[in-house]
Formats: sequence, structure tokens, C-alpha cells
Amino acid sequence: MPISPSEPPVPPEYDLAIVGAGPAGLSAAVAAADLGLSVVVLDAAAAPGGQYYRHPAPGLGAARPEALHHGWAAFAALVRRLGRHTGTGKVRHLTHHHVWTVERGSSTAWTVHAVTGPDGPEQGRAAVTSRALLLATGSYERQLPFPGWTLPGVVGAGGAQAMLKSGLVLPGRRIVVAGSGPLLLAVAGSLAAAGAKVPAVVEAAGYTAYAGSPRTLAANPGKLLEGAVHGAALLRHGLRPRTRSAVTEAHGTDRVEAVTVSRLDRDWRPVPGTGRRIACDALAVGHGLVPQLELATGLGCATHRTPDGTYALALDDSQRTSVPGVWAAGEAGGVGGAQLALAEGELAAFAIAAVSRSAVRPDARRAVALRRTRARLRAFAAVMAAAHRPGPGWPDWLSDDTDVCRCEEVSAGEVRAAVTDLGAHDARTVKLFTRAGMGWCQGRMCGPAVDCLARADSHADADADADADADADAGPDRRPLSCPVPLAALSRPAALSGPDGPPRS
Amino acid sequence: MARNPVELAGATPEPSFEITMDGRVLPALPGQSIAAALWSAGILAWRTTRVNGRPRGAFCGIGSCFDCLATVNGAPNQRACLVPARPGDLVTTQEGHGRADLAV
Amino acid sequence: MPTRHSLDVVIVGAGVVGAACAYYASRSGLSVAVVDRGSVAGGTTGAGEGNLLVSDKEPGPELDLALLSTRLWRELADELPPEIEFESKGGLVVASDEARLDALSTFAAQQTAAGVTAARVPADRLHEFEPHLAPGLAGAFHYPQDAQVQPALAAAHLLRAARRAGALLCLGEEVTAVLTGPGGAVRGVRTDRGELSAPAVVNAAGTWGGELAALAGVDLPVMPRRGFVLVTEPLPRIVRHKVYAADYFADVASGSAALQTSPVVEGTPSGPVLIGASRERVGFDRTLRVEVLRRLAAGAAGLFPVLAGVRVMRAYHGFRPYLPDHLPAIGPDPRAPGLFHACGHEGAGIGLAPATGLLLTAAIRGQRPALDLAPFRPDRFSRRGPDSRRGTGRTRGPERT
Repeated sequence: MPISPSEPPVPPEYDLAIVGAGPAGLSAAVAAADLGLSVVVLDAAAAPGGQYYRHPAPGLGAARPEALHHGWAAFAALVRRLGRHTGTGKVRHLTHHHVWTVERGSSTAWTVHAVTGPDGPEQGRAAVTSRALLLATGSYERQLPFPGWTLPGVVGAGGAQAMLKSGLVLPGRRIVVAGSGPLLLAVAGSLAAAGAKVPAVVEAAGYTAYAGSPRTLAANPGKLLEGAVHGAALLRHGLRPRTRSAVTEAHGTDRVEAVTVSRLDRDWRPVPGTGRRIACDALAVGHGLVPQLELATGLGCATHRTPDGTYALALDDSQRTSVPGVWAAGEAGGVGGAQLALAEGELAAFAIAAVSRSAVRPDARRAVALRRTRARLRAFAAVMAAAHRPGPGWPDWLSDDTDVCRCEEVSAGEVRAAVTDLGAHDARTVKLFTRAGMGWCQGRMCGPAVDCLARADSHADADADADADADADAGPDRRPLSCPVPLAALSRPAALSGPDGPPRS
Repeated sequence: MARNPVELAGATPEPSFEITMDGRVLPALPGQSIAAALWSAGILAWRTTRVNGRPRGAFCGIGSCFDCLATVNGAPNQRACLVPARPGDLVTTQEGHGRADLAV
Repeated sequence: MPTRHSLDVVIVGAGVVGAACAYYASRSGLSVAVVDRGSVAGGTTGAGEGNLLVSDKEPGPELDLALLSTRLWRELADELPPEIEFESKGGLVVASDEARLDALSTFAAQQTAAGVTAARVPADRLHEFEPHLAPGLAGAFHYPQDAQVQPALAAAHLLRAARRAGALLCLGEEVTAVLTGPGGAVRGVRTDRGELSAPAVVNAAGTWGGELAALAGVDLPVMPRRGFVLVTEPLPRIVRHKVYAADYFADVASGSAALQTSPVVEGTPSGPVLIGASRERVGFDRTLRVEVLRRLAAGAAGLFPVLAGVRVMRAYHGFRPYLPDHLPAIGPDPRAPGLFHACGHEGAGIGLAPATGLLLTAAIRGQRPALDLAPFRPDRFSRRGPDSRRGTGRTRGPERT
């Protein structure tokens, strides 16, 4: 007989389990609770907000957290509503709960498994059960390697922003900001506002790419305003982004001392002879965001390639994934920003309430307005994604001895040899042959680059057009464990829910 | 214009406390992660890699990249960007896997 | 569709078994093509731990195959580059109590008579072999012939050597038909890109071997038996041998569909410790089952308490290709002249690959193979074939008490 001790008791503890307490998860949680559902929110952080609304811990006594954020008022309002619902027990917010997998218990119940507590010897394990599941797992930053990118002082653009927002710290005094995507402007503006010198903002794409979609731009005055605010902030600090350029090397021995910025051609190939050295003590770099999908793909949710080359969940008009009982909102369905995530979270809550035992009907007019907002912002996100999609020539700035995989220290030369000598034509096979992507981060840092190198080099001797479609089917990386799990905790049965038990409804 | 992040956020932190990095005593503010406290002191690297012995510190800043692994109070492989600093924490540069004591 | 090549052999499957067949066939002078709808080591090979074991096999045809393979792997370790990570690490089979140790002793004595080297390790010497082993175990047997390779790289380097001997590698190309001529003799395969003509077609499709056999109009009941592996954070060498509990034998030999787990623990040159082994018959279900992982973790911490203090970084699963009597299908298929099988090795495919490749090459060339292939006859499960469904309740290792 199959054993089943990990299957949940019937009935599930909650109507809805939400993974992630960023804009999408919070928005969904308060909307679902408003509609009468019992909700549990699991999130790895100590406080709500996710990456976007990361903010200083109370001990730092920040009187003006809004100085580091756009849309702080919306967040503050959400947190107040969340507080009311947690007060009445309609919502339970489990902080320091990093969800590592979700299991289907039976056709109508999910078991959400989490590692509890920050890294360290006291980490434990917990599980909750629910009827419906909403994945609001957000994204992480896409990195493209270049010589010197492993030097201390080279940090993710989003990483610099996160450390600034939560810890009120900077990686250096003179920080070059580089990569691609709208986040760069926000990061450069914040760093400069926080007192750093920003000698250059380096953008690989050309902003002219936006000009091809005037109607989408005109329909998004808010987004333009956001860009203009960043632009104004940059001007105030005397900064103008250099477009069609990239940091093609970071210099230094034990930490970064300077970078080389080169012009790029249309395909992002460095133009020979255009390299200029810029002294700095830190570099904040990133190439947009990658939806965090491992929980969804573990459950078999369908995905699709987005215009920026990443994968996102395939969702219907109700934010439903291809797996019955599983919804998603925010960046997991394609990177689109906090405003879009807020709208999608609420729409998902409406849809879940409609199929749950909720007695309260969602406001139909609000749903119409939210759908309109979503359509407008998704269209804008698509334009943005296409504009910042990495050009096929970027690997030209890699030297063979550049480490592509930071964890396992696998060089570009080793990856290329696996492709040309051993017949690896996809990221998974490269990983098996070289260990690129097998380390602690599970390929989150090197995955996009390895994927590119495996396909680019294998295309050299095949007809590239014919293979393009096949590549689209490769799918996102699979990570059955979305974070490391202490073996001792894994070896024990998970306690269902926590000491407080589920909320009473 | 702010001269530093604390000024920008209008922060009046609670009193700082001390942590130790390889014997060097550093101040940390309540609510800061280990990585934030180290950055404040100008320290950008606190481990060496397993294969080539290269220095590394915080990179992604959100717990995804695991580059900031630190040995804190003797326990290796803790993400310094996520683990809150606590008074008296002893941080030591982590060499490779940080588990040399287990080798047979 | 174009016929691109005229070949001696088309091998379907670029896992380690297909790679070994390609290696020995091409080096014997045959012109070979290897076709796989996926990538090199994209199936069970890439999900394996790379065990080359004699310790878990009872005297009989599979042990003979394993002993031959053990010799061949040692030759290959000299010929192929060090990247295949061949490690002659030895196995250590531990018994938790006296009854299990007695059963293990009897089993080891039978193995020794069949050519296996096995030495008893008393309880008070266990820690010389494995310093981190849990206290209180009754004893163990040490099998110095057991070894390990990195299976994906082993397959890749076998194929690379085969390509240097002239073999053609067709990846991302799916076989859609097995072509037959007048009289039913196999004359090649059709793929989604064209035709490959050859008088011999080798079914090295592993867990999917039944599907390929069906394309040739014959039945081969290969079924998936799922296994999970836990991968720890990188560690220094804390486990020297392949270490497993004597209970493992009973699980391997069982045909039960229910979940079975028994701890199997080993270190790797790159640092992580690999933890197995689970067996379930759940078809090709890819969803993770937490209870399986829980049991693997508990079993590993039971053998090596030190592991309780580390983190599991990854987990993965694979589908072992198994046939009802737990023996592979190796050799010509009398039901379809020109069709050869080399699949169904269950969890032992990495270990048994070289012997399979060598014996199959001899069969293709019409030579007498070094071992009798009768026990591996591919038609042994069909109604007209030798009656082997009955009386093959083969058990491996000591009976559990």
C-alpha cells in the first residue's frame, strides 16, 4: 500500500494559501479576506513587502522609508488592511517561512512545505494545507557574466537596491550602474540620492526600442511619469544613461577598482576600440528580472517564453495556471512591476473567491477596472521586455576564463567545450557535464547565460531557424527544492501549521 | 541632498551594538543583516571559494545567489544578506565549504 | 525523405548503454550512428549516481555481467579522460543487527564463490573504514571491487571516443519508425529528419525501450521504477565508500509497487554527498513526494549522524528501466531479425554498460559473446518465448528476517 503520512487531514486548514508577501501576495491576501476566505500567507522575509517594498527594520528608526520607494502610500495602506485581518484571524502571515515545495494532497487540497527561520542551526520545518493555492513568488535579477564579475564590489543592481532599502548601506562611494532594463534608472537614482557618486549609468539597449509602440506608451502615462521621475532624479545628479553600451570587464585583484565600458552594436557585440576605463569602487549590474517559477513548474504549471527571453507562467483571464486549483499573480506571470502585481493579486482573489465557499461577491465594476489596468500594464511590460531582451552577441564579451557559474566556478571555456566536444545542446546537459548550475544557487545566477551559450554554440553548426522553435520548448530550469532544506528538519515529519493553529472562521 | 542612506531615510536608529569579523570589532545597527553591517564597515568579502580560493561577498542581496555565505558563531553557510546581526556575533571568513572540521 | 547514410548499426539511445554499445561497435570497425530524441545522458543516465557495483548482486547471470563490466570499467578508466571521475572507492554494506549480519555473511560467501571479493569488517573496526558511521552497528562487509563514475560524463566520453572512431551522433532526432524489409528483417529507422539505413538496430532506449520495441512490432515489458536522490551541500570527503544498509538488497529484488527506501550514502569528488535509494512504481510521474525525501533523509542521518547538521541542496529523480525478472534484455530479438536490445538494466545500467556494449557488439558481428546471453533473451516474456515468468522470483541478497 502506498504510504501517506504526509497527506493532509481533511478538510484543509485554509481556503487559500499564498506564497509570497510582496505586492501581488499582499493584495490578494487582503482582497480574499475581504471576501470572507481564510487565508495563510507564507513568506521568507521577516516583514511583508517582498523585494519591491523592502524597507528598513524597525530598529533602524527610518522616519522617511518612502524616500526609497515609489508607491509607498499604497503599500502602507495594504499593510494596515493586512493588520486588521491578521487581528481578526482571517489572515495568518507566516514570516520566515521559505516555501521549498508544494504537494498535492488530494484533488482539493495542497500541502505547502516551508523551512522556518533564517539560516542557522535553529532552522525547522512546517507545513500548511489549503483548498486553493496562489503563487506570488516574484522574481530575481537576471545576470549576464563578464570578465571580473565575481570580484567583490560587483553586486547586483537589485542587490544594491535591496541592501540600501533594508540595511541603509552602500557597497562603495563611487558606483557604476550597468546592465539593462528600467530598474537601472531607479537604482542609479536611489544610490545617488543616498550619497553615492555614480560616474556612469550604462544601458545595453537603446531607448529607441520604446518608440516603436507609441500607443502603448501613450496609454501608460503613469509609467512614463515614473520614468520621468527617475530621469529627473538622474539629471539632478548630473547623470545621463549611456545607451548601447555595456561594462565588458571589471578590473581589480581582490575588489573592483575600475570597469571598462564599451559601445555595443545592435546585437550587443562590443565594438572593438570603444572601451573606456572608469574608476569606481563598486559596480551595480543587472539585466532585468527572471520570474521565480520552481514551485509552479514542480506542480506542472505550463509556461511560455516572454519577449525578454525568460519564462513566465501561462495564465488565463482569471490568473489561473494550467493546473486546477493553482493561481498566480505578479512577476511569476511575466515581469511587469508592482502596480501590475497589485491588480493581478486582487483579480486572483476575486477568481478564487468565486470558486470557493465565499459568501461575499466581488465588486463587478472593480473587476472590470482591474482587468483594464492589467491589460494596459501587461502591454507596457511587453514593450519593455522586448526593448531589453539581451542581444545574441553578448557572449562576445566573455573570455574563455570568465567564470560563468559563480558557485561551482565553471568557466565559459568549459561550457563551450561541453557544447562543442561533448554534444551538450541545452542548459541541463551542460549542467550535467560541467556542474554549471549545480551549486548553492541552483543556476539562478548562471542559468540564463548557460542557456544562451548552450544554444548559441550548438546553433553554429545547425540551421538556427529550425531550432528556434524547439528551444522554446526547453522550459525553465526545474528546481524540485526551491531552497536548501536542513537534513535534520527534512528527516522529521512536518508539523502541520504552527502552535497557533489555523484561524477560526 | 542626503550625504548617506541613513540621512536619506530620516533614520534615527536605536543604539548600535558590536559584532566581530575575524577579530575586528565592528558596529551594527539593530535590524541590519550581517552583510549590511559588514558593508557599513567597508568589508565586501567574507568567504573564499572552494575551487580557486577567490574572495566573495554579497552579490544579489536577496538570498538567491548564496555568494554571501558566512560562518557565524561557528556555523558555516549562512546567507549574510538575510541573517540579522545580533550583539556579540562572531563572523569568520569562510574558507570553501566551511566544513573542513568534518573531513576524514 | 532522404536516406542520409548507409550504416552497419543504428543505436537508439544516447544514455550510457547506447554510448557503450557505440564505443565497442565503432572500435570493432562497424559504422555506427547513435540517435536520441533528447540529449546525451538525458534520461536515466543523467539521473543516476554512477554506481558500478558487484556487492548488491547474487550469484547468477547479472553478477557475471557485473564482474565483466568491473574489469572493463577499469580498462576504460585508463583510456578515457579523468573527467569521467572513475573512483575505485569500494562498497561497505552495513548490518544493523546480528541477524542481518549473519544473512549478509551467508550471501557474501556465495558471492565469494562466484568471484567477488568481500571481507568481513567487525563492529570495532567499522570506524577505520568510515569514521562518521553511526555507533551500534553489528558489522559490515567491504567490497573493494565496487566503484563509481560520473555517469553523464562517462556516457559523453564514451560517445566522444566512438565519434573519433567514426560514429555519427544524431541528437534531438526522434525515431518514428523501425523500417523492415521483405521477410520482416529490420533495415533501419525513420526519424523526424529522414531515414538511417542499417541491417542492425539497437534498442538502447532505457526506460523507453518498450516504446521502441513496439515500433518494431515486438513486446518488451520495460517499466519505470522511480527513484529520488538527495544532494547535500558541498562537503569535504566525509564518506569514503559507497555505504548502504543490508536492507537495500531486499528492496532491489522486490517487485512491489509500493514505496521502498533504504539508505545508500556516498561522497562525490565535487563535494556533495548523494543520498538514495527509493523505489516506487508510479509510471512517469514527475511530482515530488515529500515523504520519500523524508525517509531518505532519516535513513542517511541514521547511518551518518553528522549529516543531520548539513543542508540538502537539491533533489532529483530518475526512472529505472526494469523488466519483470529484474534482468536486462541483451541480444538479438528472434521475433524481428536485425533488432537487438540493450535495455532494462534497472538501477545498474551505468555499471553494466560496458559488458552490455561488448557482448552486443559480438552478437551483431555474429561472433560468440564472452558470456551466454540466454538469460537476457529479449523474447523471454512473450508467450512463445522461453517460459521465464514463472519461477523467476529472483531474490538478491539475504532474505530479510
